[in-house]
This record gives sequence, structure tokens and C-alpha cells, in this order.
Amino acid sequence: MNEKIEKLINDKGLRLDGRKPEELRPIKIEVGVLSNADGSAYIQQGKNKILAAVYGPKELHPKHLALPDRTVLRCRYHMAPFSVQERKSPAPSRREIELSKVIREALEPSLFLEYYPRTAIDIFIEVLQADGGTRCASITAASLALADAGIPMRDLVAACAAGKVDDTIVVDLMDAEDKKGTADVPVALMPNFNAITLLQMDGDLTMKEFEKAFNMALEGCRKIYTLQKEALKAKYLNVKEVEE
Amino acid sequence: MSSIIVRVKQKQISQLVSKGKRLDGRGLTDYREIKIEQGVVEKAEGSARVLLGKTEVMAGVKLEIGQPFSDTPNEGVLTVNAELVPLASPTFEPGPPDENSIELARVVDRGIRESKAIELEKLCIEPGKKVFVVFVDIYVLNHDGNLIDASALAATAALLNTKMFNYEIEDGEVKIKPGFSPLPIRKHPVAITFAKINNTLIVDPWLEEEQTMDARLTITVDDEGKICAMQKGGSGYFTPKQVLEAAKIAKEKAEEIRKKLNW
Repeated sequence: MNEKIEKLINDKGLRLDGRKPEELRPIKIEVGVLSNADGSAYIQQGKNKILAAVYGPKELHPKHLALPDRTVLRCRYHMAPFSVQERKSPAPSRREIELSKVIREALEPSLFLEYYPRTAIDIFIEVLQADGGTRCASITAASLALADAGIPMRDLVAACAAGKVDDTIVVDLMDAEDKKGTADVPVALMPNFNAITLLQMDGDLTMKEFEKAFNMALEGCRKIYTLQKEALKAKYLNVKEVEE
Repeated sequence: MSSIIVRVKQKQISQLVSKGKRLDGRGLTDYREIKIEQGVVEKAEGSARVLLGKTEVMAGVKLEIGQPFSDTPNEGVLTVNAELVPLASPTFEPGPPDENSIELARVVDRGIRESKAIELEKLCIEPGKKVFVVFVDIYVLNHDGNLIDASALAATAALLNTKMFNYEIEDGEVKIKPGFSPLPIRKHPVAITFAKINNTLIVDPWLEEEQTMDARLTITVDDEGKICAMQKGGSGYFTPKQVLEAAKIAKEKAEEIRKKLNW
């Protein structure tokens, strides 16, 4: 039925979009893109287009869910129906519910949740276009949105995936590589603490391959971290002088 | 919110772990006793009941004839679902599956799917039209920690116990013939879960250790010692060194468990 699967890595060792195995896709990040949100960020990573917004700290409803010693962090990862080839039903899928949970748990260690007892902080992530590695790009953007909202944090969280396609370990998989590849290892890192806050894996890797992919993903996180800091500086370092 | 008694215990557990000990006397990388009973529900095509210490999980397998996914027209379909039934713990509420039960089902699913444990290509009846759909339903009966490992064991044990009905195709219709054949299984993925307490890794956390832990890491290993699934959980973190250490221990532990179970 399906035609011969094209090679994901060509004879020169380059990938479908001409990248080297250790090369990230072009990334564009912008902070403070939504006027209503307390903090927001937009990321384009390859064809991924993702918006993240933060509301809070604010009063929590229903009130009995509030915690006396810390804020309640809530996270919703959601894909737009038009973000993928075949229309995705807007109702939250099991995948989205799981991802909302792991993204929340990836961001929690970076925040001083105890600073805002009896409140809630909401993170909303909307994937406008998906092209593989959306959970990582979402974490990268959501961490910046939290920073933009002025939520006290220990460090930014940067995320990046690595995986195996055609027996080669590569970083930052795009959709085609994710689907036809044989393994995917998304990782989130707080670079200043060397702390891994998200780690998932599916596929089939020997211990050696895993170690290589894991280290490649960590390297990717560090590169993305630099871009995150630049994006924050782009908004907050150029303060315009206001004429009296 | 944790009660005062739980907090006192948390402190005790944490202090013990830093000395290389655990409240229930186990070593840091010791599992609780594993008991497996297969074929406990006759009406299911396959079933198993697993006891991991006091944690009790049942898994049932039902087979139905259905449509394949369009991208895999020659393969059977695997569906894993988990129910945290309210009788298992005071913290489980009735209602649609919450994020915990969805995560549990998806982590177990990933282990079976990614290790290619079931020979799904042998479950095709008519390419693109009719295939066997394998429903694995995980039923948590008593929650005393480490539901992931217990559920993964129960799922694999139930699949190993599953009988497929024989059939023939007559005028495009599937006719059931007498007799059964076993569901074709090629791998036995074993999930190994770690908890990080006081910056130390322990395996197979029981309930009170789970209430104390900063973070959780599950690593599923197949028969060849390859990693086929991973999942970090909890609101803490791991260092890269801890992750690689955990991967090494997981490989050893999975082999040990598989040997014990003759898988």
C-alpha cells in the first residue's frame, strides 16, 4: 500500500530538511505577545507555532481546591483543530491530558510556589501548528510566559528532544522523523541547576544509544536556553525613554 | 494535604533513606514480593491479578473484531485503559478517568507498544478492513504505591494468558470456529519505577514513600535489555547522573524480575 519509505538520512548524513544530526531547527521566540495575559510567549520552532499564556497568581475557584501553603499550578496543553493534517477534535484527548500533566510537572520545580498561598496560576498552551516536538517547544514558551508574568523562579526551563531515525541519533525531531523514526526522548532542563524536570521516552534504544540521545537532548536544551534569555532581553532590556 | 502522622513518617522515611535503609526493612533497590495469578476471570479472553506487596492490580484482556488504523492497515489494534476504582484508595473518586489514570494507562501502553510485545501483524483478518482489537483494561484494586510497575506486570501477565478464538472467512464474513490459540507475544516488557527521596534513588516505592518522594522515574526495559519507554513524574527533578544510574539499575532489575517469573 504505502510507497517505499524515503530515507530519513541521505548519503551525506543530512536530514530531510538538510540539517545535520546535531542541528536544531530555526527557532524564533517572542515574549509578551498577548495584552490580556499577565505573561505570554510565542515560539516558532521549524513549523511548530505555539502560544503560551500565564494568568495569575489569582483567586482559585472552586475555593476548596486552594492550598494553605502554596499556589496551585494548573496547565492546559491544547492543540488547535487545524494544527495537524487531519482535523483534530477540539475536545481534550488522552494525549493532551497526559501532556498537560507532564508539562506542569516540568515547570513546577522551577517556581517558588510557596510565595503565593491560597492562589492559582494558570498556564494555557495553544498549539497553532504542530510539526513534532510540540511538548518541548511548549515548555520552552511556557517558562518564558511565567517569567514574563513576573512569577519568581529559580531558573528558566528549556526543553528539547532527541531520537533515533535510520539508526542515527538526531536532535530536535520534526514530525516526519518522529513518526518514522524508532525512538524519541524529550527532555526538559533547568540549566543552572543541571536539573532534569521532564524525561520521557518511547521507542527502542540500547543503553549506549540512550546515553547519546540523552546527552544530545541536554545540549539542545542549553542552546535553547541561550535563545530564551535573548528573547527576554529583547523585551526587557530595551526600555524606551519616555518624554516628559 | 498530608496529616501530621504522615509528616512525621515522611521525615522518618527520608532520614532512613539517607542511611541506605527503608521503613519496611527493604534495601534501596529491593522489590516487594511479587505474586501473579493468571486466568482469574473466565469471561475475559485473558486476565491476571498481581500483588506487589499490598498493591493489588487486576488486568483483563478482551478481544473484538474492528477496523485497523489507516496508517497500519495490516496490524491489529492495542488499546490500554486504566481505572483507579474508588474501592482501592480513599483518594480515588468515581468519575471519568483523571490525569493520573490516563498517565498510568499511557505509560503501560507505551511499554507494550514500543517493545512490540504483541505481534500485531498476526492479528490482521482482512487488510485495511478487519483486525483484532486488543483491549487491555487495568483495574487497580488496592493502592499501596507503585501502581505503574504492578499494572505493567498485570497487563503483560494477562496478555500471556490471552486466548484468541479460531476463525475462518466465509463470503467475507468472519465465522468463529471451535478451539483457541494463544495471543502471539514476542516480548515481555518490565517497568521499573524509581522514587527520589532525599536525593537518593529507591526502587518500587510503596505508598508512604510515594507521599515523601520529590520525583518519580519509570524505565521500561525489554527482553534484550533495551529501553522502550520512560516517564518522569512528580514535581521534583533528577540530575543527568541519576538518570543514567537509574537506567543501569532498571536493566538489572528487569532481568531479575523476568528470570523470577520465567518470562
